[in-house]
Amino acid sequence: MNNLTISQAHKGLLEKKFSALELTKLFLNKIKKQDKKISAFLTITDDLALSQAKQVDKLISDNKKIPILAGIPLAVKDNILVDGVKATCASKILENYIAPYDATCIKKLKQPGAVILGKTNLDEFAMGSSTEHSAFSPTKNPNDLTRVPGGSSGGSAAAVSADLCCYALGSDTGGSIRQPASFCGVVGLKPTYGAVSRYGLIAFASSLDQIGPITKTAEDAQIVFKAISGKDKKDSTSVELSETRVSVKLKDLRIGIPKEYFIKGMDSEVEKIIRQAIKKIQEIGAKVEEISLPHTEYGLAVYYLIMPSEASANLARYDGVKYGLSKSAKDLLNVYLDSRAGGFGDEVKRRIMLGTYALSAGYYDAYYLKAQKVRTLIKHDFDKAFNKVDAIFTPTSPFPAFKLGEKIKDPVSMYLSDIFTACVNLVGLPAVSMPVGFAGKLPVGLQIIGKPFEENKILEISKVYG
Amino acid sequence: MISQEDTKHIAKLARLGLKEAEIKKFQKELSSILNYFNLLKKVDVSNVEPTFHPGENYFKERLDIMRQDKAESEKPEKVNKLIEAAPDKKKRHIKVKAVFK
Repeated sequence: MNNLTISQAHKGLLEKKFSALELTKLFLNKIKKQDKKISAFLTITDDLALSQAKQVDKLISDNKKIPILAGIPLAVKDNILVDGVKATCASKILENYIAPYDATCIKKLKQPGAVILGKTNLDEFAMGSSTEHSAFSPTKNPNDLTRVPGGSSGGSAAAVSADLCCYALGSDTGGSIRQPASFCGVVGLKPTYGAVSRYGLIAFASSLDQIGPITKTAEDAQIVFKAISGKDKKDSTSVELSETRVSVKLKDLRIGIPKEYFIKGMDSEVEKIIRQAIKKIQEIGAKVEEISLPHTEYGLAVYYLIMPSEASANLARYDGVKYGLSKSAKDLLNVYLDSRAGGFGDEVKRRIMLGTYALSAGYYDAYYLKAQKVRTLIKHDFDKAFNKVDAIFTPTSPFPAFKLGEKIKDPVSMYLSDIFTACVNLVGLPAVSMPVGFAGKLPVGLQIIGKPFEENKILEISKVYG
Repeated sequence: MISQEDTKHIAKLARLGLKEAEIKKFQKELSSILNYFNLLKKVDVSNVEPTFHPGENYFKERLDIMRQDKAESEKPEKVNKLIEAAPDKKKRHIKVKAVFK
């Protein structure tokens, strides 16, 4: 029962090799024994998991047909609401906050009988690339405990990688599913903006955020994506998807390699492994050509203007009045000032300050508006490229997992972790990080970017490496 | 380099009660991040429209989604949970410090 994928676990349940309760207990015990050294989980939801598993076992013993996700244990990033369970966002300001309802994606998973094992660690409010910005404890990379799991969905990626769950949910604002998936050696999908409802995801940067699956195989990512995607009237940016399973003929496939994504200073082992992966698909018959995304070098600056601007507006809701940490003070203004200063960590404060600055009178045009215009140019780059190619291959990250503490003191060097992933969020495209090799013992991920709503296609392509 | 006064002003706008040491730290850090943004000065954006939302071009028809301006009733359990979350309350009312003297 080790390292079960969703399809394998489903098969095991159908063949009565094990019950949902046994499977759930196996994971809960593993979490209790092994998570001390990884710290992937912030909350373990034993009671919820056991009761969900029992319900599925009842269906099985009644000989009812069960959906593929029934009885399959998952972990949920702690910025996604699960009714009655703490949702801390790894922040002191929400340390004791209990979710009053289910996020739409959780509702969609509970309905077919998913088993929720617990909530996973993240950089506070999903702001970071290493999970070191968690207010509670950093998560460690299961492949090397001296290294970070990436971030911000570091807890989810580490939990899947260490086999503490069958799959997990993460959220991706500038790479927060793909980069930790790459660092931990698992599959991470950031869906097209609008493919998955954001209702019940604690808002960070609303024009960039998407929920997506972190899994052991590309097939599992397809299964979870199918379950959580679709139109939701509670998120007016969500859309109904028409595409179902697609078959991909590798011989007809045109793959673009953007020359701007093979930069000076990137890890040579990573570059070698990515080049080998490209060669592999070429040998199977896909056409590979060099393309150019000329505005790539501005992507990170644009992202680090738009994202904090939206975050500074979204995080204005933490006022010490409605919910969350509240400091008593002499008047209302001081309740705000003290609650927010006491509740937010350094990185969150830094981004709120940055966003407030970029949106403030006198700087709006020079920073925020300018960034939104360059965003248009970045989008044009991708539009042009996708006229010629079906998918774009890049490294997910210029380097493998770095050491704990290595970048924490230098915000700009930490921000560079998002250099290959952030542009994708700016233009809303789907992208997957697929493990394609190891630099020493550290996993390396290949990023496959697709056209809007072609999640299934890029996941089919990923299976070449599965 | 942004000034200490500007940093204080931004902190006040952001409703963050920062300590002196934090102001100094953020003044330095924000300056170095803003310095990185100077990169964008190179880009010519004359006649370029901003993209505020990634869906603007992919799914234009879905942008303006309106609903009737009508309150939807929620189950009392959910309403109770929302009130329960407030730090300071009196019965079913959330208490806020007086705004007017």
